[in-house]
Amino acid sequence: MTRFGSIADPAVALLISGARVLDPGSGTDGVRDLAVAGGRFVEPEALPPDAERVDASGLLAIPALCDLHAHLRQPGVEEAETVESGARAAAHGGYATLCAMPNTAPPLDEPARVRDVLAAGIDAACRVRVIGAATRGRAGEQPTELAALAEVGVVGVSDDGAAVSSPRVASALLTYLGPLGIPLIEHAEDPELAAGSAMRAGPIATRLGLGGWPASAELAVVERDIALAEETGAWVHFTHLSTAAAVEAVRRAKARGLRITCDVTPHHLAMTDAWVAGHRGFAWEEPSGIAAEPFAGTLDEQLAYDGACRVNPPLPARDDALALLSGVADGTVDAVATDHAPHPPQRKAVEFAAAAPGMIGLETALSLGLAAVAAGVLGLAELVSALSLRPASLIGERRSLEPGSGADLVLVDPRARWRVEPGTLASRSRNTPLLGRELPGVVRLTMADGRITYEDGLLPAS
Amino acid sequence: MIETHPTHAEIGVARPADTHHGGWPHRHLLDVDQLSREAAERCLRLAAEMRALRERGERLDQLQGHVVGLAFAEPSTRTRVSFEMAATALGAQVVTLPLDASSLSKGESLADTLRTLERTGVQTVVLRHAAAGAPYLAARATGLRVINAGDGAHAHPTQALLDALTLADAFGGVERMAGRAVAIVGDVAHSRVARSNLHLLHRLGVSVRLAGPPAWVRGFASWPGVDITASLEEALDGVDAVMALRVQLERDAAGGVPSLAEYSVRWGLNEERMRLARPGAALLHPGPTNEGVELTADLACGERSLIGRQVVSGVAIRMAVLSLLAP
Repeated sequence: MTRFGSIADPAVALLISGARVLDPGSGTDGVRDLAVAGGRFVEPEALPPDAERVDASGLLAIPALCDLHAHLRQPGVEEAETVESGARAAAHGGYATLCAMPNTAPPLDEPARVRDVLAAGIDAACRVRVIGAATRGRAGEQPTELAALAEVGVVGVSDDGAAVSSPRVASALLTYLGPLGIPLIEHAEDPELAAGSAMRAGPIATRLGLGGWPASAELAVVERDIALAEETGAWVHFTHLSTAAAVEAVRRAKARGLRITCDVTPHHLAMTDAWVAGHRGFAWEEPSGIAAEPFAGTLDEQLAYDGACRVNPPLPARDDALALLSGVADGTVDAVATDHAPHPPQRKAVEFAAAAPGMIGLETALSLGLAAVAAGVLGLAELVSALSLRPASLIGERRSLEPGSGADLVLVDPRARWRVEPGTLASRSRNTPLLGRELPGVVRLTMADGRITYEDGLLPAS
Repeated sequence: MIETHPTHAEIGVARPADTHHGGWPHRHLLDVDQLSREAAERCLRLAAEMRALRERGERLDQLQGHVVGLAFAEPSTRTRVSFEMAATALGAQVVTLPLDASSLSKGESLADTLRTLERTGVQTVVLRHAAAGAPYLAARATGLRVINAGDGAHAHPTQALLDALTLADAFGGVERMAGRAVAIVGDVAHSRVARSNLHLLHRLGVSVRLAGPPAWVRGFASWPGVDITASLEEALDGVDAVMALRVQLERDAAGGVPSLAEYSVRWGLNEERMRLARPGAALLHPGPTNEGVELTADLACGERSLIGRQVVSGVAIRMAVLSLLAP
């Protein structure tokens, strides 16, 4: 039986034995015992005598994941997700921390609204951190009260869903933000270049007759913000980058010592624009069918134009997906962040271009990453760094399995597989093109600050 | 001189008594990309036959007792009327749906609307919609048989079939299409007619040259059987037929050409330019034409023009499609 706990539960005392312990921060990789007590990893000798024991043979123990980009829909669209259900989805996916995006209704553009979400997360199944809106009403005109938001603990500000499109506003915002030490989390998309688009520009969009989103729409904002970061000294974090050109721009900016960081999503690593035409092969697999010959064959009646594949930024060309993967491997891409975007079914079961953009991701991110590892296109330590250590460090958290560190831990069975379906998802929503698919990597236990937030029967019933 | 329209016997179709069409492998017509060459040729031959029967005044009743719904969420007169004529000529009952883009945006989804239609007894829906892919949604969300009558910039399969029938007539038969070259001129990028034609002409062995402003033809270079030409003159040189596409006058300056006048100067068809094509080369246009923009008025009603034949072929093609899809 699966069971969800909360970060407000009592800390457990636990000896976990037999797992392969992988901690890229300390370089640990091997079978050894892990002991947890009082919310921290401890030396096994320090465990109280009544500590529970878990046989984790065959499992992989890694630092719990940290998501920089999740939409919890509270307040506004609780039908699709709440802080509680989103945190459970996170725990089920192996996350100890998630960062809630502010594009709720109303948006999180005032300290009181941020505090409401933080309060709702106090006894959630995952630590809930909050990103504040960058401009009032996310209208792109007047910056929010950035210092006041920073004081209530936002980890960054963002108008996610759109860029801060006015260069003048972006410049003013970054100038003020610089000394506050938190980033502008930029959704890099020029609204004019992206206007009328429903999917990535390219042969598949041409075949489908859908408006194409050009790579220039992303690069235009990335290059502008890099210039502004240089002028202002502020920190810009680009979220959900989806093009090779943007990652290359970030690589160059980092080499120049600028304060630029970025993340990519699991779906931009694993899926391509051909998915809109019904293809379902992962980006790293050899293209076949319509992915290999975009203008040949017959469109799949069941899968073509599936609203579940509508996402912004749109699913990338294969070359871009592979470039994002290289960026994760070489550290240019700081983090893999889900952009978990729940929507009720009626927002998706419509004409493709009218479908609400976004897909859920908290529960499938680790599995998609493990699929990439299994395919040999990404190292396991690199994956763990990108899902856990690096994003955590960007928001001032640490991830380590060494004694003395906060006990943020996932036990995952990397060889077991699970089917993505409504009954296996903790999210209130099911909008993902992975629905019905079997993925590798079953999370058996998630722990945040030494509290069990999710487990599936691994622990003896207490 | 253009060849006169041949009879069904001349283009080698079976006798009317042999028109049984069992075993059609498709439940829907979403695009011509689902048709093999054999299936496409069978559809063209059946259409030629039905046209001949109809011209002889013979009564057809394949769709007796069948209800066909016309759901046009975009303004269209000629396609809707053509389908209505075709369905009626086959004995079907036709219902027209008060469907427009505004009612969809007011909350009732396309799927809901079509499910309601299905419950009232409609078996086949002919769907015209501004959103590419809408017929795929309709096919998945309902038990209706779906005929795509144009979805956004994606596909317009019956238009491609009627264009192919018109070309087959001009070339002297379906079996004389392979190896021919057709020029398609204009806004290919936003044209569902062009996309469906590219699929079907390729399957029928016809090569295609595209000509038009860069924004309207780029992206099609790797389409099989397609060449993008540097100029209209190059596209027309020696071709067997020319298809002009409709220029959407409402497109703004960012839409591909600086002005309609400039378009007309560089890509407008006139008699002099048409002389670059093979003598007697046919001229097609999906209509309605913007005379003075895509082509001159003289050309539109001149002897090369098969625009009128396209309309006649259209009813025949829709009869063939409706009867092939009938349960």
